[in-house]
Amino acid sequence: MRLDQRLIAGMIRPRTRVLDVGSGDGALLDYLFRNSGCDARGIEIDMREVTRSVAHGLPVMHGDADHDLAHYPDNAFDYVVLQRTLQAVERPREVLRQMLRIGRYAIVSFPNFGHWRLRVQMLVRGRMPMTSVWNTPWYDTPNIHPCTILDFLTLCRDEGYVVEEWMAVDEDGERAPWRRSIRLANLFGEQALFLLRRKDG
Amino acid sequence: MDQTTPDTSLSHQSVTFPDGLRLDCGFHLAPVEVAYRTYGTLSPARDNAIVVCHALTGDQYVADTHPLTGKPGWWTRMVGPGLPIDTERFFVICINVLGGCMGTTGPRSPRMRDDGTTEPWGTDFPPITIRDMVRAQKLLVEHLGIDRLLAVVGGSMGGMQVLEWCATYPECVFAAMPIATSPFHSAQNIAFNEVSRQAIFADPQWHGGRYWECNEIPARGLAVARMMAHITYLSEAALTRKFGRRVRHAPGRAGAGEPGSLFGEMFEVESYLRHQGSTFVRRFDANSYLTITRAMDYFDLGAEHEGDMSRPFAGTRTRFCIVSFSSDWLFPTSQARLLARALNRVAANVSFVEIDSDKGHDAFLLDEPDFDRTIRGFLCGAAEHAGIA
Repeated sequence: MRLDQRLIAGMIRPRTRVLDVGSGDGALLDYLFRNSGCDARGIEIDMREVTRSVAHGLPVMHGDADHDLAHYPDNAFDYVVLQRTLQAVERPREVLRQMLRIGRYAIVSFPNFGHWRLRVQMLVRGRMPMTSVWNTPWYDTPNIHPCTILDFLTLCRDEGYVVEEWMAVDEDGERAPWRRSIRLANLFGEQALFLLRRKDG
Repeated sequence: MDQTTPDTSLSHQSVTFPDGLRLDCGFHLAPVEVAYRTYGTLSPARDNAIVVCHALTGDQYVADTHPLTGKPGWWTRMVGPGLPIDTERFFVICINVLGGCMGTTGPRSPRMRDDGTTEPWGTDFPPITIRDMVRAQKLLVEHLGIDRLLAVVGGSMGGMQVLEWCATYPECVFAAMPIATSPFHSAQNIAFNEVSRQAIFADPQWHGGRYWECNEIPARGLAVARMMAHITYLSEAALTRKFGRRVRHAPGRAGAGEPGSLFGEMFEVESYLRHQGSTFVRRFDANSYLTITRAMDYFDLGAEHEGDMSRPFAGTRTRFCIVSFSSDWLFPTSQARLLARALNRVAANVSFVEIDSDKGHDAFLLDEPDFDRTIRGFLCGAAEHAGIA
């Protein structure tokens, strides 16, 4: 399991109901079932990954964040997880609303477009940045809605979500040391990880 | 066309329930005989049973030699020792559906007349539903002393039975695998069934459904029904790969040998369909075909719930695994997705896989390694969650 997935798993209380949107190879689901006794289920867009997960006995359905969350009832889960996918969905704000409708908590990770390397590349070269995290050219990238950590915080405020916990990590998922300053995290953090809840929840 | 009358004297493993069943149509059918096969061993805790539901023209001989045709069972590649539905681990039960013709009560079964003599039900057999089929299966499962099934698995009409099991006896089904199926029978599928039925009705040897009186069977009509239905089980890609436009010369055929005659040659696909038709009439009863296709047509999970297909599953704790096949146009993925979303609406535990295949609806009976892995993995996962070592 990737390091950032371990950080996500650390945010999830044992024996809770979890929906992992974009569950990939199912590593987090498997971990949550075996180690935390969670009722963990997945949605995955890549059919090969779905088949592989189900063949491992994991409950995963083919679907995607934009189209399938709307079908779940309110408060069906304790946690709804969206890993490294927010920037690639069609309507990120609507996806977040759905996540916090069907789940009490939302756990969201995304690559931070405010990282200094991206800023420098834009400034110096005047072209779309290319880094190890943002590694596809603009015409091929699935990442149609990139945002910075500050952008995301603004959206959370506008939508009335409470940030229970946040952290910035590097590409490998190691926790970065700028825990206290959001501005530093926005400059130096490659990935951001948020635990959100509704204000009324 | 083969005119052999199907052998009705075969004996099948079965249990008779003298009290019978009250059917959805209101008729009380009694007695009810339920024919079945089992494979593997029931565990002392009676917690490792899997019911495999057969499709329209299948039967209980899922994994052993068919007594009429001498051919291997219809899912020998899936059910057996070490196979995805592993009979070394699981106790597998396959039951001939109500209305069938392989030992379970159906149109060919005898009924008592007022004068004390018996005759086959024929088309007077009451209309049955998929739920009636499942009620009959439940009688047998109870008879075997099983309170909860580890899983119910089935494709096509078998998948409809899986869904009815979950809707009617939710506490008795730990895991469910509806394959290549739909939460309702579509208008297109009803239309195909109607063409099949009309082919049977149009055969003069059908005799209004009382063909046994003349010691005949409507073989031509039933064969045409099967030929037409068989096309719907395949795909254009599968037919092209298997037969293309290849032609064979048919020496025994009317007009054959005369140069330039209209039917002097036969496309291989025609020959194949004729073979499918003629072998089918030897093992299947026409009135059963009429009864069962009608049961499929009636199938609609939302019918009693203002069209809401999720309501029958409200509060369900069953683990579902829905499987569709990309080239299946009879029970397309879009309908499987409707089912998946209906189950999402009640927050059911749902896996949903579309297997990439060009083999059409019949893919669930054929060699599809991803499908095998899916069944094996889902059942292993279910067994693990059910606490079965």
